[in-house]
Amino acid sequence: MRSEVSSSVLDELRGIAGTAHVLTANEDLLTYGFDGTWYERRPFAVVLPATTAEVSAIHKLATRERFAITPRALGSGLSGGAVPLAGSLILSIVRMNAILEIDEANHVAVVQPGVINADLQAAVESRGLFYPPDPSSYKQSAIGGNVAENAGGARCLKYGVTSNYVQALEVVLPDGKVLRTGGKMVKNVTGYDLRALFTGSEGTLGTVTEITLRLIPKPKFSRTAMATYERIDDAARTVTAVMAAGLIPTSIELLDNLTMQCVEEFSPAGLPLEADAILLFAVDGDHETVLDAEISEIDRIARANGAGDMRLARSQAESDRLWAARRVIAPALARKRPHRLGEDISIPRSAIPEMIARVRIIAAKNDVMIPVFGHAGDGNLHPNILCDRSDPEEMRRVREAAREIFEAAVDLGGTLSGEHGIGLLKKQFMEMDVGPEALRVMRAIKTALDPLGIMNPGKIFPDPGGIDAFTLPGVSK
Amino acid sequence: MSFIAPDIPPADVFNRCVRCGLCLPTCPTYVETLVETSGPRGRIALIKAVAEGRLELTSPGFVHQMSECLDCRACEAVCPSGVAYGQLLEPARTQVQRAIATRAPWHIRALRWFLLDRVFSSMALLRFVAVLLRLSQQLGLQSLARSTGLLRALHLEDSEKLSPRISAHFFVPRDQRWPAEGKRKATAFMHAGCVMHVAFAGVDEATVRVLQKAGCDVIAPSGQGCCGAINIHAGEMDRGRELAKRNIVAFEGSGADVYIINAAGCGSTLKEYGHLLAGDAEWAERATAFSARVRDITEWLDEIGISPDLGPIERTVTYQDPCHLAHAQRIVAAPRRLLARIPGLRLREMPESSLCCGSAGIYNLTQPEMAARLQKRKVANILRVTPEIVATANPGCAMQMAAGLRETETGSAIAIKHVVELLDESYAAYKPSMRPEPASASSSV
Repeated sequence: MRSEVSSSVLDELRGIAGTAHVLTANEDLLTYGFDGTWYERRPFAVVLPATTAEVSAIHKLATRERFAITPRALGSGLSGGAVPLAGSLILSIVRMNAILEIDEANHVAVVQPGVINADLQAAVESRGLFYPPDPSSYKQSAIGGNVAENAGGARCLKYGVTSNYVQALEVVLPDGKVLRTGGKMVKNVTGYDLRALFTGSEGTLGTVTEITLRLIPKPKFSRTAMATYERIDDAARTVTAVMAAGLIPTSIELLDNLTMQCVEEFSPAGLPLEADAILLFAVDGDHETVLDAEISEIDRIARANGAGDMRLARSQAESDRLWAARRVIAPALARKRPHRLGEDISIPRSAIPEMIARVRIIAAKNDVMIPVFGHAGDGNLHPNILCDRSDPEEMRRVREAAREIFEAAVDLGGTLSGEHGIGLLKKQFMEMDVGPEALRVMRAIKTALDPLGIMNPGKIFPDPGGIDAFTLPGVSK
Repeated sequence: MSFIAPDIPPADVFNRCVRCGLCLPTCPTYVETLVETSGPRGRIALIKAVAEGRLELTSPGFVHQMSECLDCRACEAVCPSGVAYGQLLEPARTQVQRAIATRAPWHIRALRWFLLDRVFSSMALLRFVAVLLRLSQQLGLQSLARSTGLLRALHLEDSEKLSPRISAHFFVPRDQRWPAEGKRKATAFMHAGCVMHVAFAGVDEATVRVLQKAGCDVIAPSGQGCCGAINIHAGEMDRGRELAKRNIVAFEGSGADVYIINAAGCGSTLKEYGHLLAGDAEWAERATAFSARVRDITEWLDEIGISPDLGPIERTVTYQDPCHLAHAQRIVAAPRRLLARIPGLRLREMPESSLCCGSAGIYNLTQPEMAARLQKRKVANILRVTPEIVATANPGCAMQMAAGLRETETGSAIAIKHVVELLDESYAAYKPSMRPEPASASSSV
């Protein structure tokens, strides 16, 4: 790949997308050089195309001139996926932000990749429909980015992740050819499932330019409850007991004591600081009597498994307050120490007690603070290693702790990432997780679709002696 | 060149940004351009880069971004990490202003000097200019100036369209006192505003009457002046501090319970005197004490409760959130609750009611193109709900929306009123024969 391009290439980009939509000023390159992580690099230019044809022309130009492309939506990702490496061109799809169709007969929405998740949710809910995937970034992340990272969220316990809703895709392949796969039909087993391949491919196989999403009827009612535990093990046992009883709540969220302390210091929400952990439950459905029965069953199971206190939100406002405490975790942790390494390991839910025990040992052994919270119902936990990147000695311990957490997750039958993607953050641990054969097949797919390595280089695949979360000296915090 | 003391954007503020991007969809200039450099996260990154010596203070993109930002604070209101964006932007703008003041085109420099250093520093001069403006409006001199191309030569065409209709009389604070009606709940010192007291004297008068009805003794202390917002937002923090001190002197030691302001932009600045003068040992404490007493009129009425003698206003009203009320002061529910109290009034929410209308102090002057885009967007959002009245709580927004609505056929019939004007009209429409409101109405939302 070239790291510099001639001015005639920039002129060609301007010819494709329009002069106003090609940014090359120093200030623009600076602001498009990062995402929600601590990495920072500079692209050689930023282009904001408005159509699939323009995206295709940009890919063709990249193929001819051998420069790399990093697709980008709103840059809220947490794995470094949108950080441009190797002097890439940033291809921002945010101008392609139309909801093209909401098809009520077929329960699908056809959208461009720049549509913000929250805007889609609002649009379909106004018609009594529902798009469940709700990453914490739903207000600022676009569907294109959600598809690229196969984003999850709190509701995924009951409803599944983004890939469960991707029914059709239009993808501009690295060489500029346009592929369409899937459609409005519900069932489709014709050939390989290419939708699944591109969903979660982190911009390494092409640029997604149109998405058809499955919708479901919007549940009419919901309930929220909070259970308090003296021992976090009891919280974890409650999770498995609830699921074993045949209940499928919308969400079961876990907050450990350290997480609660950070939240209370940042934005007091009345969380029980004397507790070792709390669980937040949400249930939803169309019949209030059923929901009330489900909540009392959860109440019974929680108490049988050691919950000291169980609080049912009596109003929407009270429910909102509890979920607001959940949403404020990330910034609250960011305030505790200068930096944080947020992981999103995913394990079988039966392994949660063991995983939490191991994280506590890892934290003590490496002398780092690791609050744990996350989507306990589906086993997707967020151990966050709090740190100060300016201290190299501490960062050595942080790296060791991160490695041990990944090893523990894999050892317990889990995986590195449940919803953030691999990006730059976790790529050096890929082989340990997926094994040599799966990694070889992934590389073979990448090479088959992108032989020149145009699309989002430096992501997902381990790169011996290369960079990772620790060796890449991010310029910023 | 990096920042030079004083007024350096504080590192502990910009380092709080975790780059989650939640601010982007709330930023008017981002949603208009869809370019991240024109968004809060991008601008914070630029300020940080200048602070760390990675970007020149006078680089064209930085200068442009510090000017293109509306300082509307929408980003600040949603930031989960609590980045006090205004505390970055205002000093950064001051830094840029100091570095490039001499490079601006002559007409901008002349206007800045005249407005910022003279007119807004002296209420007497402001009133004199207002009288001239009123005369020229009455005599139709403006259309003459327009037709002869004089305004174009002075680059004042756009600003002429936006200049307010000057009130027939002014509301001049001269230590007047108005007694509370009924049981006295509090003594309120009133800040009459600068633009407000000449262009919207009726709003000041309505404020007094509504406060009296709510049980407040009202006093308009002499010696007060412009709050300094115009200067601070334009990167003239030192001048802003002078104006702040003058107001502190005029108000403190009064024994008043609250200082009432009916202009959102001014209220936001008055509430931030504590921060503005934090570095000044002699004034810091007085400024903090001053700010603690400041209330927006809608906030205060909502807090103490208003007289229930409200008569009907059978009109469809939409409420426009002034940025410096909704974002900077986080007051969103109070004005809506007050409007909902008025019998017969139909409150209809417009889309994007808290997205800046493009007024933003002297933004019209410095960024006319973006100001016009946002004005157009606001007008379209207003027209979508076909109101008869747009209610708001800030003179800048009122002028900007009026100018925008005048340009459209359906919009020119829409009236723009301050929330207190509607309350005042409602009281005027009350007849004792009307049945008192049911008790539940006081808790209605």
